[in-house]
Amino acid sequence: MNLTDAALNSYTPEDAVLILEDGQTYIGDPYGARGATFGEIVFSTGMTGYQETLTDPSYDRQIVIQTFPHIGDTGVNDEDPESSRIWVSGYVVRQPSPIASNWRSTRTLDDELDRYDIVGISGIDTRELVRHLRSAGVMRAGVFSGDALLDPETGAVRPINVLLAQVRDTPKMQGRRLYDEVSTDQPYTVEPSGEYEGKDPLFTVVAVDLGLKMMTPRLMSQRGCRVHVVPSNVTLEQIEVLHPDGVFFSNGPGDPEQAGPVVELLREVLAAGHPFFGICFGNQLFGRALGFGTYKLKFGHRGSNQPVKDMTTGKVEITTHNHGFAVDAPIGETVMSPYGDGKFGRVFVSHIDLNDDVVEGLQCVDIPAFSVQYHPEAAGGPHDAAYLFDRFAELMGSEQGGHRNA
Amino acid sequence: MPKRNDISSVLVIGSGPIVIGQAAEFDYSGTQACRVLREEGVRVILVNSNPATIMTDPEMADATYIEPIDTAILERIIAKERPDALLPTLGGQTALNAAIELGKAGVLERYHVELIGASLEAINRGEDREKFKVVVDAAGGESARSEVAHTMEGVDKIVEKLGFPVVIRPSFTMGGLGSGIAHDPEELHRIASAGIHYSPTDEVLVEEGIEGWKEYELELMRDAKDNVVVVCPIENVDPVGVHTGDSITVAPTFTLTDREYQRMRDIGIAIIRGVGVETGGCNIQFAINPKTGRIIVIEMNPRVSRSSALASKATGFPIAKIAAKLALGYTLDEIRNDITQSTPASFEPTIDYVVTKIPRFAFEKFPGADPLLTTSMKSVGEAMALGGNFQESLGKAMRSIDKRHMGFNWDGEKPDTDEVNGLLEQMRTPTEHRYLQVQRALWGGASEEQIFDATKIDPWFIRQFALINETAMLVRNAETLSPRLLLKAKRAGLSDLQIAGLRRLGDEGENVVRELRWSYGLRPVYKTVDTCAAEFDAVTPYYYSCYADESELRHREREAVIILGSGPNRIGQGIEFDYTCVHAVQELGKDYDTIMVNCNPETVSTDYDMSDRLYFEPLTFEDVLEIYEAECRMGPVKGVVVQLGGQTPLSLAARLKAAGVPILGTSPEHIDLAENRELFGEVLRKEHLNAPRYGTAQNMDEAREAAHQIGYPVLVRPSYVLGGRGMEIVYDDSQLETYVNRALNEAKADTVVSGRLPSPLLIDKFLQDAIEIDVDALFDGKELYIGGIMEHVEEAGVHSGDAACTLPPSTLSDDQINRLRKATYALAQGCGVRGLMNVQYAFMANTLYVIEANPRASRTVPFASKATGVALAKAAARLLVGETIADQRRRGLLLPKEDGGVIHPGQQVAVKESVLPFKRFRTPVGKTVDVLLGPEMRSTGEVMGFDRDFPHAFAKSQLAAYSGGLPTSGTVFLSVNDTDKRQLPLMAVRLIELGFTICATEGTASVLRRYGIDSKIVDKISTRVDTDPDTPPSIEHARGSIGKNVVDLIEDGDIDMILNTPNSRGSRSDGYSIRVAAIAADLPQFTTITEFSAVLMAIEAVKNNDYQIMSIQEHARQLFAMDQQDAA
Repeated sequence: MNLTDAALNSYTPEDAVLILEDGQTYIGDPYGARGATFGEIVFSTGMTGYQETLTDPSYDRQIVIQTFPHIGDTGVNDEDPESSRIWVSGYVVRQPSPIASNWRSTRTLDDELDRYDIVGISGIDTRELVRHLRSAGVMRAGVFSGDALLDPETGAVRPINVLLAQVRDTPKMQGRRLYDEVSTDQPYTVEPSGEYEGKDPLFTVVAVDLGLKMMTPRLMSQRGCRVHVVPSNVTLEQIEVLHPDGVFFSNGPGDPEQAGPVVELLREVLAAGHPFFGICFGNQLFGRALGFGTYKLKFGHRGSNQPVKDMTTGKVEITTHNHGFAVDAPIGETVMSPYGDGKFGRVFVSHIDLNDDVVEGLQCVDIPAFSVQYHPEAAGGPHDAAYLFDRFAELMGSEQGGHRNA
Repeated sequence: MPKRNDISSVLVIGSGPIVIGQAAEFDYSGTQACRVLREEGVRVILVNSNPATIMTDPEMADATYIEPIDTAILERIIAKERPDALLPTLGGQTALNAAIELGKAGVLERYHVELIGASLEAINRGEDREKFKVVVDAAGGESARSEVAHTMEGVDKIVEKLGFPVVIRPSFTMGGLGSGIAHDPEELHRIASAGIHYSPTDEVLVEEGIEGWKEYELELMRDAKDNVVVVCPIENVDPVGVHTGDSITVAPTFTLTDREYQRMRDIGIAIIRGVGVETGGCNIQFAINPKTGRIIVIEMNPRVSRSSALASKATGFPIAKIAAKLALGYTLDEIRNDITQSTPASFEPTIDYVVTKIPRFAFEKFPGADPLLTTSMKSVGEAMALGGNFQESLGKAMRSIDKRHMGFNWDGEKPDTDEVNGLLEQMRTPTEHRYLQVQRALWGGASEEQIFDATKIDPWFIRQFALINETAMLVRNAETLSPRLLLKAKRAGLSDLQIAGLRRLGDEGENVVRELRWSYGLRPVYKTVDTCAAEFDAVTPYYYSCYADESELRHREREAVIILGSGPNRIGQGIEFDYTCVHAVQELGKDYDTIMVNCNPETVSTDYDMSDRLYFEPLTFEDVLEIYEAECRMGPVKGVVVQLGGQTPLSLAARLKAAGVPILGTSPEHIDLAENRELFGEVLRKEHLNAPRYGTAQNMDEAREAAHQIGYPVLVRPSYVLGGRGMEIVYDDSQLETYVNRALNEAKADTVVSGRLPSPLLIDKFLQDAIEIDVDALFDGKELYIGGIMEHVEEAGVHSGDAACTLPPSTLSDDQINRLRKATYALAQGCGVRGLMNVQYAFMANTLYVIEANPRASRTVPFASKATGVALAKAAARLLVGETIADQRRRGLLLPKEDGGVIHPGQQVAVKESVLPFKRFRTPVGKTVDVLLGPEMRSTGEVMGFDRDFPHAFAKSQLAAYSGGLPTSGTVFLSVNDTDKRQLPLMAVRLIELGFTICATEGTASVLRRYGIDSKIVDKISTRVDTDPDTPPSIEHARGSIGKNVVDLIEDGDIDMILNTPNSRGSRSDGYSIRVAAIAADLPQFTTITEFSAVLMAIEAVKNNDYQIMSIQEHARQLFAMDQQDAA
């Protein structure tokens, strides 16, 4: 558009300002709460499911850009959140909905953002921003509005370089441990539901909450599992007291390289022979436990249209992703897992992303353990990968049978 | 799974003529399929009766047959070509039905042809209501409660159980033909009996009414390995009750949460698996209860559909192309996403813009038709727009419709309470004007709740309309238009013209707003349609404009030519113009960067890989000028082509030129020369050419004076018309008065909305009993190349777009052809034509009259090209950039020596017949509208019959246009007017020789009796259509009558064909009820005596059953060989 009018390029306390660490600046309208917020700026391409996105703990300390132009159309309801609060640190949208229109909606998204003090910005060229991040990679950013734009002493509008310096002072995502700040304080239990409601559980699962989304234990419970959700600082002994048929490590935020304690815990779980299933962060921890490395993707996978191929069946599933890191493992061959001289036996990459050949799943051959990098629990997104919960149940079933026979 | 290697040749069936519900989108899908199959090394055999298609171009297939899509003809083609497989899923319902028939007739088995894409069982499961219900149940979905009936008694029983309202849906029809909602027994009887008739299996579904529910569609694809993807969800803004083809629709969905959307997706995937669509696409429609979220599956189409074309253009995911690859055995993950070039096709597109589709209607062509929108589709075309948000997208789509009064406007005073109440009442019944009513009512102060109560449109959309109003009021009331406010207005989808109207800036207002906008540096940016919301780099330059910050246009090296398309299909401006545009793109693309601008998702031209750049944009002055300016910043631009897309781009020529845009080909001044009667009269006088006496008028007095000077009957029309819009034959002063008053009012309103200047009315002498001729020609300034001389089968007076015509002409003498050639040369020279021109002539008493000349591509260019074996539009494109006809002869685009005006002995004959949509249009009490052909064009499409002589070719054209074709025995009803009576006896004798029985009205029978010809006399039946079409007809008992009137006989199935030549319109139109009954019974009926004589010859050809088939490739080779022989 190349506006030459200076009035459009400067900002006032009525505006909101988004600044990236490389100095890119976007001026728009305030959205949600007024104030300042910081985080790693990432984009999500899902066309539905903003409520699930906002409440996904994996987005902790991240400013999320929605590529879909209209956000908030269906308002907010009480059934769809994936956790007890909004986790994103900031929200960037093109056009917030002026009303909530859906039969389940109880309130507007604008109010909900305000309630959780989420600072957002709207009315900017979100596509330009996404294209910038696609080429420059994800980075730190800050959103400023209201008083945060003013110098508390002089009351004057603070210049860009001052705001930019603040952004550059915040920590980078790489090297951050965040799972403990999103994990539950207290253990709790999800009982079997659906056709299994009120019945004795078929399996008992201990789910280590590293940023767990509620849909995950719900899908397990619908398959007859009793799920004990435990905090991230749980010990093997505490897990075993619960007599699990299987152990699950959830999704979660932060750099897997900084997750030493939980990687050690996972190794103990595996060594003890518990059937294991991991999702997202859980997959990265699994990779590290097996001795593979993890690395940061340039701009990550976030959205609900990613094609993943199940290497064991050759079938393609459309899946929800939300990951900025990935496991570095060889594709197309079964190898001895590097950790502890092959202590955990052979492993192969079970799933890959067809867009960019990123490792999306690991499957052990000699121990009952597997994981995926993406989100079979969906929420939001397609249900194509829900079969993995059946696979986990089968795994627990065959091990259970095995134990009984033994 | 890689490509199957057991398929080396595939038969593709097209969708036949353009009809309502089945339009150009199947040319798009068929063209994509043919290209893919050939790229894969498969021999392609193509059958389609519609010559005005890209798919029937010789280079699209190895053998192309422009033949009726009829089982017997298809069997001949299969026997000759012996294809390994038949791909029936890309040619709409027509192709699917043809495949079913071939299967039933045992043809597929006999010639070992495998059906690929979908099996007969799958087609059945998708289309048979009861079987489909079982699939839906198994998929965990719900169907509306319903039952199937085959008789009216059965229907009544079901309704007793379900209660009103109920929806009636006939099985195996397309575009919802024959379906409707019944609220009471009377409506029920009318809709259900018609539905039983239209269903080839006499079957209708009666189901619970779900009017007012939210309506959605999913486009899905499945491959042989059972991978399924949803290409695009579509939300209907109009709730259930309006056919999706007649609804404003948006993509993706706006008012569903992820849970609800995924539930719908799960059901959709289970359905495509349950139906067993093995490879390819399907479309599933859903209704959702807005209060409870209950989901009901409405229906599915196990094939590529209109919605698939829309979804492909909306997302950049080419459904038809991929469907063709899947049919060959590839799986989705083996196919590359064209747009990113780096990711596979096994994904679901995600979009970061908003797509809006708006239908275009043609009710004005069918006076008396009920304008109510129902579950039976009535629109004739559509426009799509992409924008950065809903309002921008809606505003762009509204101006893409290119029809006066169809965009939001704030003309006049703010509506008062009475008007608002009136509007609220009107909008309860959906019509094409509902959105305008909503917007005006909101402007007048109606609450959003009131609008919702009246329309059941989701509150989200109503709020968006309200916001557009609010922004408009800010624009109106602001002291000055600040940069911020102007930006807000543009993001609300307001055009410069609308803004000028709001600020009451007068005639030059649009320019004032643009100047201001430019002075602020406020211009649209161009974003890429990339299937992935910018996650990956897009390689394909498919653009849309919006008001944002970053433009994604890339710099060019080569000089560019911008080609303006024709916009939404409408009667008079359809697929033919897309055809010519695509040819220009194909040919000029060899030497230039071609830049296509169009807004019609149903076209080949808007396929992103046809041109070097595609702008999916409205064809208005504002939008086109911005594209030109933006492209000039990207590289050299040679100019803009306006003469290939019909009247829409042509009408922009003068303003574009005035704004400094170079126009290629015939200059705007010369365009004006041909279109302005006074100036054109000068040209004719200079060249000593006759024209029917004519005059022009700006008001009633002038019109009366002109009519008296010329003498009645006269033909009256506005200048700059398209498809005879608003044309009428007028016989006296009172008729003239009615016409002129209406036309002047319309012209006034048009000026306000379009900004075009009012143009005078044209008044011509009407030539009775003349032979009409269309000539298409190319002119380079020196040499003339006759593209084709087409003789109309009907006499002059029937619009050339509705008339049947033959090439080569069937009765013209060499001398007449020479006179036509000379006259065309003179006109081309006199009008300064560079490129294509079309002239309509008439011979009356062997005197040649020039009726009109159009310095642009015409509807007949594709037909003429195919009939004469050359690519006229490609050659024309070359002339536009300054080359000569001689160059094109050398290039092989044109015949080396002669041209399309030369008739060779032994040359195949092509007959074009038009296809009319009367079945779709009914009066409020359910009668079909009158089918009389006149100077107003009303056909939606055309077919070509192609054989060794005129009778055979004409017979084929009838077979292609009407299912069943011409009868070879039975009873013919004859009723002719006094002028035609002399020509009748010979025909009647011939009919009897052929074995027909004749029945006739008293007057006609009396003439026949005097010639010794026996006929049964029927009672006369008459209705005054012009006053009240719904008055019951009166019956006059005739002497010697068999005691029945013809309508009874038609309804009893006792008549097989009708000749009914009418008296002039406006007098007692006794033919009305007859024509209506015949339409309802699907009987062939003819309204001109000349056409009927052609019919007689054709019936003999049918009786002999000795059709010949020849591919157009063979035909072109033959013509080039004949050209060589003549030269030698």
